[in-house]
Amino acid sequence: MSRVSRMTSSPGRRSLLRVVPPLVLLAVLAYLPYLPVELPGVLPGRVNGPGSMQLLATCLVFAGFALSYDVLFGRTGLLSFGHALFVAAGSYLLTISLSAWSLPLGVSVLVALGGSTLLALVVGAVALRVGGIAFAMVTLAFAQAASIVVLRDPGGITGGEEGKALPRSAVPDLLVGVQNAPYRYWLALGFVVVAIVVVRLLVASRAGHAMAAVRENEPRAAVLGISTYRVKLLAIVVGSFLGALGGVVHALVLGGSGPHLTTSEFTLSLLVMVVLGGAGRTWGALLGGFLYHYADARLTEASGSGLFESLPDGLRSVLGQPLFVLGIFFVLVVYFAPAGLAGIGGRVVRKAVRP
Amino acid sequence: MSSVLVLDDVHVRYGGSHVLQSVSFEVPDTGVTALLGRNGVGKTTTLKAVLGLAPRTGRITVRGRDIGGERTHRIVAGGVGYVPEDREVFGGLTVEENLRLVDPDAGADAPIVRELFPDLVDRRAQRAGTLSGGQQQMVALARVLLRENDLLLVDEPTKGLAPKLVTEVADVLARVATTTPVLLVEQNLPLVRRIADTVVVLDAGRVVHRGEARALVDDPALTTELLGVSMRREGAA
Amino acid sequence: MSDLVLILVTGLGLGALYFLAASGLSLVYGLMGVLNFAHGAFVTAGGYAAWLTMDALPNSLGVGVRLLVAAVVAVLVGAVVGVVVEVVLIRPLYLHHIQQVLVTVGLSLAAVAATQGIWGADPHPVEKPAWMAGTVELLGARLPVDRFVYVAVALALFAGLVALLRYTRLGLVIRAGVENRTMVEALGIDVRRTFTVVFGLGGAVAALAGVLYSQYAGTVSPGQGGSLLIYAFIVVVIGGMGSLTGTAVAALAVGLVQQLANYYAASGIGDLSVVLLLALVLLLRPSSLKGATA
Repeated sequence: MSRVSRMTSSPGRRSLLRVVPPLVLLAVLAYLPYLPVELPGVLPGRVNGPGSMQLLATCLVFAGFALSYDVLFGRTGLLSFGHALFVAAGSYLLTISLSAWSLPLGVSVLVALGGSTLLALVVGAVALRVGGIAFAMVTLAFAQAASIVVLRDPGGITGGEEGKALPRSAVPDLLVGVQNAPYRYWLALGFVVVAIVVVRLLVASRAGHAMAAVRENEPRAAVLGISTYRVKLLAIVVGSFLGALGGVVHALVLGGSGPHLTTSEFTLSLLVMVVLGGAGRTWGALLGGFLYHYADARLTEASGSGLFESLPDGLRSVLGQPLFVLGIFFVLVVYFAPAGLAGIGGRVVRKAVRP
Repeated sequence: MSSVLVLDDVHVRYGGSHVLQSVSFEVPDTGVTALLGRNGVGKTTTLKAVLGLAPRTGRITVRGRDIGGERTHRIVAGGVGYVPEDREVFGGLTVEENLRLVDPDAGADAPIVRELFPDLVDRRAQRAGTLSGGQQQMVALARVLLRENDLLLVDEPTKGLAPKLVTEVADVLARVATTTPVLLVEQNLPLVRRIADTVVVLDAGRVVHRGEARALVDDPALTTELLGVSMRREGAA
Repeated sequence: MSDLVLILVTGLGLGALYFLAASGLSLVYGLMGVLNFAHGAFVTAGGYAAWLTMDALPNSLGVGVRLLVAAVVAVLVGAVVGVVVEVVLIRPLYLHHIQQVLVTVGLSLAAVAATQGIWGADPHPVEKPAWMAGTVELLGARLPVDRFVYVAVALALFAGLVALLRYTRLGLVIRAGVENRTMVEALGIDVRRTFTVVFGLGGAVAALAGVLYSQYAGTVSPGQGGSLLIYAFIVVVIGGMGSLTGTAVAALAVGLVQQLANYYAASGIGDLSVVLLLALVLLLRPSSLKGATA
């Protein structure tokens, strides 16, 4: 799919148009913790209340997760089912460094990021020996191995099914406690900004062009002299680094690591997020991740709140399962809006701008 | 003279490239029609368009029946036999099994196989993947001839074959053409001269020449202009 | 010695279950190039169909009879589900392999959630015939009878599939289609009708795997199919994607390696050693997987 730019205005105005809306959005998001407004039905309590802040922070982390996965899937065309492995590695390595090894926070973050990136390099190097569908199966198997390790709780360091909490003393006071939810929110927002900048820089670089070439037509890219193996490995490493960074932030925002990050369900949901939002588009992936987690959290709440009370029993209990609703919605998107929500949005905006 | 196959304003687009650009020609209902042109001008794509193996627009009729919206297996079962480039026999299947795919009852026992390809009858239990190129070509031809066809589409049947085998393939095609019209993609001009009656020449996705086969092949200036080769540089058939 | 025999027999039994789960997946992948994530949902559907049927049948029938009837029902349910999924969801996306995978991913998520919504997230115990729950003595080891049942069913299925592929018209078309789908179509054969049949067959076999796996586990639960699916994936990749004999050998190897590692190393190492086996296979003989890259 080629996206032809239809902008006809001068380059200056064009870059202004590209930069201003995201900055305005960023400013609005950064201001939210000062907004004491209630949005009934949309957010639990006041916007700057701890419940809303925590929910929005997690949504932002998921937006970043989706963006990190899009480096592989949307930008390079790699159908990986193992991305959760690196998110989980970031999260668990941080928690373990802080709790079991009692390392300082800064060192722990470095251990988490370094360890996860190294893991990505090794796993990627092996899994890339096969392509296409086999690659998807192999990455899933590796992610599953991590899930098994975490659940076995070797030496009591992962906490098994219960997960492991961050030791309170090891984390700065600003990130702990109900009243400090806005700081965790800003941390999540900061992570998303970093992820956007890294992805933007990568996409605009020569490596990014090579990734796009591999996605569009791998044999042709190889003929053009691109080392497709190295390009794909680079995409895995960069995507996994961002995923691990997200895992670190996730652990700090939620105060620990849980085994749900290692499940194949989570790994599949990353794919769902990216496709829902629009693969290969920064805003698409971000929107997909954000909305996915929002819908997941709110649908669970809605089913408990008696919203479906008038429905027959069987239907109500099925609709009360967020993954059922999201799974069906996902299938519909694949059929009827293959470019995702960003694709629909893009069409609407273009229509509005150029009647 | 009526036509078995009519292409009218046929276009094929793959991704961003426009491979066939309004191709129109007719194939008469007797003899061999050769489809010629340099490499990459769209000869194979034209055959695939007829078969529905390439995404096409425009009107394509076989004996007056519009096959534009039909799926490949219906077109073939309806009487369009296809011998693809590089033979594409099923290498893991035996000769017999390759033939029984098309004709479940007779296979290598079919009279036409006994008559035209006695060698295959002897090798019926051999895996097709272990056959020589010439033998594989015979399998590819035989399995198409097991069906009653209105038309055969044959794509470079002599590519990579030794001269003796080229002659054998040409003989089979010439015999088949006495009962079934053939649209033949072929680079070997002496062979074209020997068995083809009419020619259609493509260049860059368009028809640039139609006429008698001999008239074209015997005109060095024209062959050089249209095909970039002259008769003398090709091997003899 | 007796421990080793027990380990080997359990490994064989597990390998048989893996083969049951993987063979349908491998067949579908080989012919259609579709990685069917919903295959796990087919397995779960089989397990639940059997469980519900056994519950619905009068207790006056013996457990064994009810299990047999339940298995037949489950296989039929699996076949119908497979056919419906192929016709409604897979066929419209013909040639769009990634989208096909995505659709089956969505379906598998929705199916697990729906199962949870209707029957709850907790496992339900499944009745086991007394003779299957018993043990036999062999080479000094007390061996659970059910392991032999799994092996027998897997062997019967393997023989049946081999016969189907080798001696029937459908099998001939499948073998040709695994090599070159387009050319089968270009010989005038409706290969897509074969796709539907094979998907139904895959669903039926998956459902059978679900019935036996729920017997092995003693329960049915929503996530059961998904966890078996991952081993089935590993088996399919090691077995060379689309080869039935390869799948059988790989299933056996995975089952044995897992059990041996669990016993001789430490509990839980078995699952990891399976992934390690996969990595080793990828590193040592990637060429055998080249055909699977499309």
